[in-house]
Amino acid sequence: MKSLEELKAIRETMQAQMGLRKEDSNQTRIVVGMATCGIASGARPVLTALSNIVQEKGLTNVMVTQTGCIGLCQYEPIVEILEPGKDKVTYVKMTPEKALEIVDQHIIRGQIVSKYTISEIVG
Amino acid sequence: MLPEISLNILDIANNSIRAGANLIKIEVRISRESDILTVKITDNGCGMTDEHMTKVSDPFFTTRKTRNVGLGIPFLKQATESTGGDLSIESSLCKGTVINASFGLSHIDRMPLGDICSTIYTLILANQDIDFLYIYECDGKEYQLDTRDIRQILGDIRFDAPEVAGFIRNYLKENQWEIDGGNSF
Repeated sequence: MKSLEELKAIRETMQAQMGLRKEDSNQTRIVVGMATCGIASGARPVLTALSNIVQEKGLTNVMVTQTGCIGLCQYEPIVEILEPGKDKVTYVKMTPEKALEIVDQHIIRGQIVSKYTISEIVG
Repeated sequence: MLPEISLNILDIANNSIRAGANLIKIEVRISRESDILTVKITDNGCGMTDEHMTKVSDPFFTTRKTRNVGLGIPFLKQATESTGGDLSIESSLCKGTVINASFGLSHIDRMPLGDICSTIYTLILANQDIDFLYIYECDGKEYQLDTRDIRQILGDIRFDAPEVAGFIRNYLKENQWEIDGGNSF
């Protein structure tokens, strides 16, 4: 059985590193809608994919989080990107693959992926 | 309709989050001998009034303002009843809510438990200011994950630090395997 002992070793190594992630105002937030509508449309794999890629790429200023129903159930799964000092961007009908594209293009390179945005798809 | 029990758990846990809970206990217990699978979700959120309680399994009742249907509980209730099980809710205002769902384990209409590890992982990672106690039991053996214990060890290190998140993912997966021998229910 795996125990929590391993975590102590993880803490030791991490505390040795500088610049631990803290919540601050310069943080980008990726928000996934996780109400019944979102979950039914496949939000769980989208959130898991986002959270894994953010860890893999070491994006320490990005936080992946969840919210309830945004009120646009027919366009779920919905992912909102909130970058400090910029307008919120809403992506609709997400899949894990599209979500990875968004991290790559939008979060890392700063280019909004217009083909998946709500204004493009809903009009 | 949510096709896995684990997706229903994710859905119900989100009600607890919306109720302002800071501790959510999720228990999944499987007994092949008694042929039953139970899910219990206990939160310390704002609870419901008696009036609200009587309406919660009505699909045309919701507290949301955006729309006037609420399908989470009715879905789950129907899913339990179609397998000879049932769903009960106890709630007291300002104290919290307990949802108890039971399914006939071998019933042909029982939806699979599904990827419960992903549900728990997602809840923990995306709601780091809430504590979760997860207990998984199969045929009398059980393990648990308590984020309060993790928090105590980690101090101010976040759960989404790659090493920590990886640990949580493996902890869930490996311990589940130890308990149920890799059987999927």
